[in-house]
Amino acid sequence: MSVVAKNAEASHAADAHEGDYLTHSRGFLSWALTLDHKRIGIMYLIGVMTSFLVGGILALMIRAELLTPTQLFLTNKQFNQVFTLHGAIMVFLFIIPSVPAALGNFLVPLMLGAKDVAFPRLNLCSFYLWVVGLIFFIACLLITGLDTGWTFYTPYSTTTEGPVAWATMGAFILGFSSIFTGLNFIVTINTMRPPGMTWFKMPLFLWATYSTAIIQVLATPVLGITLLLLTAERLFQIGIFDPRWNGDPVAFQHFFWFYSHPAVYIMILPAMGIISELMSVHSHKTIFGYTLIAYSSVAIALFGFLVWGHHMFTSGMADVTTIVFSALTFSVSIPSAIKVFNWLATMYKGTVQLTTPMCYALNFLFLFTIGGLTGLFLGALSADRHLHDTYFVVAHFHYVMMGGTLVAFVGGIFHWWPKMVGKMYNELWGQISCLFVFIGFNLTFLPQFVMGTRGMPRRYARYLPEFQDLHIMSSTGAFILGFGLFIALGVLIHSLMRGRKAPRNPWGGATLEWHCSSPPPHYNFASAPTVNEPYDYTPLAYHDEEHGWEYHQPNVRPTPSQSHPVIAKS
Amino acid sequence: MSATEVLDAPHHAEHGEHHHNPFQAHHFDDPEQQYDAGKLGIWLFLVTEVLFFSGMFCAYAMYRSLHPEVWEFSSRFLNPTLGAFNTGVLLFSSLTMAWGVRCAQLRQAKGLAICLTLTLGCASIFLGVKAIEYSHKWDLGLLPASMYTIQSTVTEHHEGISKWLVIFSIIPALCLAGFVGWWVWAWSNNKKAIADIAGPFAITAACYFLGVLFGMFFESGGDKEAHGPMAAVAHATVAHDSHEAHDEHATVGGSAGGHGTANAADASVDKPGGAGLFFSIYYCMTGVHALHIIGGMVVLAWLLVRATKNHFNEEYFGPVDYVGLYWHLVDLIWIYLFPLLYLIT
Repeated sequence: MSVVAKNAEASHAADAHEGDYLTHSRGFLSWALTLDHKRIGIMYLIGVMTSFLVGGILALMIRAELLTPTQLFLTNKQFNQVFTLHGAIMVFLFIIPSVPAALGNFLVPLMLGAKDVAFPRLNLCSFYLWVVGLIFFIACLLITGLDTGWTFYTPYSTTTEGPVAWATMGAFILGFSSIFTGLNFIVTINTMRPPGMTWFKMPLFLWATYSTAIIQVLATPVLGITLLLLTAERLFQIGIFDPRWNGDPVAFQHFFWFYSHPAVYIMILPAMGIISELMSVHSHKTIFGYTLIAYSSVAIALFGFLVWGHHMFTSGMADVTTIVFSALTFSVSIPSAIKVFNWLATMYKGTVQLTTPMCYALNFLFLFTIGGLTGLFLGALSADRHLHDTYFVVAHFHYVMMGGTLVAFVGGIFHWWPKMVGKMYNELWGQISCLFVFIGFNLTFLPQFVMGTRGMPRRYARYLPEFQDLHIMSSTGAFILGFGLFIALGVLIHSLMRGRKAPRNPWGGATLEWHCSSPPPHYNFASAPTVNEPYDYTPLAYHDEEHGWEYHQPNVRPTPSQSHPVIAKS
Repeated sequence: MSATEVLDAPHHAEHGEHHHNPFQAHHFDDPEQQYDAGKLGIWLFLVTEVLFFSGMFCAYAMYRSLHPEVWEFSSRFLNPTLGAFNTGVLLFSSLTMAWGVRCAQLRQAKGLAICLTLTLGCASIFLGVKAIEYSHKWDLGLLPASMYTIQSTVTEHHEGISKWLVIFSIIPALCLAGFVGWWVWAWSNNKKAIADIAGPFAITAACYFLGVLFGMFFESGGDKEAHGPMAAVAHATVAHDSHEAHDEHATVGGSAGGHGTANAADASVDKPGGAGLFFSIYYCMTGVHALHIIGGMVVLAWLLVRATKNHFNEEYFGPVDYVGLYWHLVDLIWIYLFPLLYLIT
């Protein structure tokens, strides 16, 4: 990195004069009408975390109800409504916008050394679309009676009572929010990279975000039209999905999963991007297999479009079709495995520091691997006959979605928190929260694999007494998991009030976001920064007095022989 | 401190030396980068639009391949003359739009305003014709599945002006009155800048009624073949063309015997789950397309206002270009819709 000390001083003076992005201007409107990607990212972060809280409370209600085989406090109808809203809120309001919209908005321009995303107004617009979608879902919550499951399968969704049209319109609007975010990121990454940052010098988080954005742009419109047709079906009985008028309910499933399967990769790909950053930075070692990780993101994005049929093996498809879908499903595991092996190889002989983000990254590695491998059981046609619609499926996608995406999201928040708010948090309690999450998560969902293989169907409010022990284990785990996440939240809130000031570069990262102060100034970078290798840690050294990392060898150019990081032990 | 690459004070960007153009956003390095970003953005948006429509094209393909006889039967209720007229109108509007982009690049504000007015006018004519088509069908009960009226039971003929047409025309009529009033007010108060905006808007609103007139003229011309006592000629063809129609005829022949050969075949498709499904898809596709036309008119109106303020020049014409691309796509989608819906037989 080119270092010019006097410029740095000048910039400090400038920072002090302008204030950082949090203090740059004040008042409610300065946030509500902001075009600053960092503030929009923070607003998204608060929004998605609130949604997660609501969805999480609903999840705990489900688990509490399932402590006994008979009714505890929810009627059958209420149970259906609770799991429907849990699913819909978690998918549409939390997981999909979590990493791309909250962390992505904050990080993409910073990692690119850009001043903002390409279309700041569109960015704000997509945030407000998210808010409108949220209002629709709150309406569903208040009206009550939405009991279709988050998938809105016809013909049940066209005949049931309840605010299905509200929910589908909410999801439709959230879809556009997602499209605009994705569109913004593609254009930003394509046109606003600084001089010297070629595609293969981009941080891997950007590759993941870019792949995600491609899915968002290509798949979400199909969900949009599907939900529009479903709304029309409910309001005018147009018959396209209704067998009464010769329509085909399975067509809805095809349309729905054509989006919603790629959407699974909208959820996991950015999480993988976070893990790539975390693994390398906290191991203080160049990422292993950069090119393969980058390509595998794109490969997952493309394969993701070809496997939607594996959700429908039992819905009635031609035998040949199911075989093709099954084979394609297996092939998705290849790029995923490439990533996992590369992360392992990154840690090998690295200087792994078990900081809170790294603990969460290791947690991710363990849980995601279980989630991914159990997916292969479901992708196998014969096994799926048995496991379809059982708790095995529930456990599988919670391992991927929650053990994968949520854990990576929390890890990412801990990693970039000092950058976002300029405060350090308590490491010990961060690590304790991770331990609770790990124990609680496995206690919740491992028993569900067992239940699933023994035939416990999903979405049932009542069950046979023989499953009670496993259900009690699972519910206990859920409360431990919830407790762990509350500790994590407490650690973050505590840091806001009591945390010591964060240095510019607390972990020793080499990507560009660590080059501006913590928190960043309003305009990030006045001119495009000089770009070096994003994972070369050779010129960085730990400075005790600042508790952070600085470049100690100005103008050092990385050479292959300098692959061992220079670490000053903290 | 290595890290920072912030070379000058951050507010440099706001007053930087490369700020010739008042519309250059602060976060772009130069106008070229801004233009490229916008161009890529609009192309991606068009991709999403194509995929948005693709869902309906899929539904169309699926049901048409399952029930080809329904499609043959139902498309006879669409008037190809009106469809062809509207295709021509949209093609012409694409020409004026492209011409407008050229005007913007050449700093011809006046020419740009004229081109945009013509484009808006064509959009209005299109909607006027569409209003005639929709109201005509709704009178006949050619509606989506659950509301579809079986055509062999429709006996009475609708006379005079459809109530649906009146309902459709309320908003354009209000617009027309409002814009004409605005224009007169601006003119009488010597506010030329406002008159330059109000005038084209009034023309746009008036063009809707022009479209309605065209529509009425062509619709009455095509009346005899489109229906009558179920367009006997047309139906005979269905029975001969389609194998399935023959088979169906054999099964339902008894119950529909009184109507003769042709009508017996129709009975299998002239029902909510047959032709009704066709009209569901027809209204979804053309309706969503019409919404895109209306959306396009809003942005065209915004461009028109900016054109009268002379915002565009050879360095900054991005918005005109982007709206133009969008407009061509809307046009292109209609070019697919027209043969797929109107020209089946």
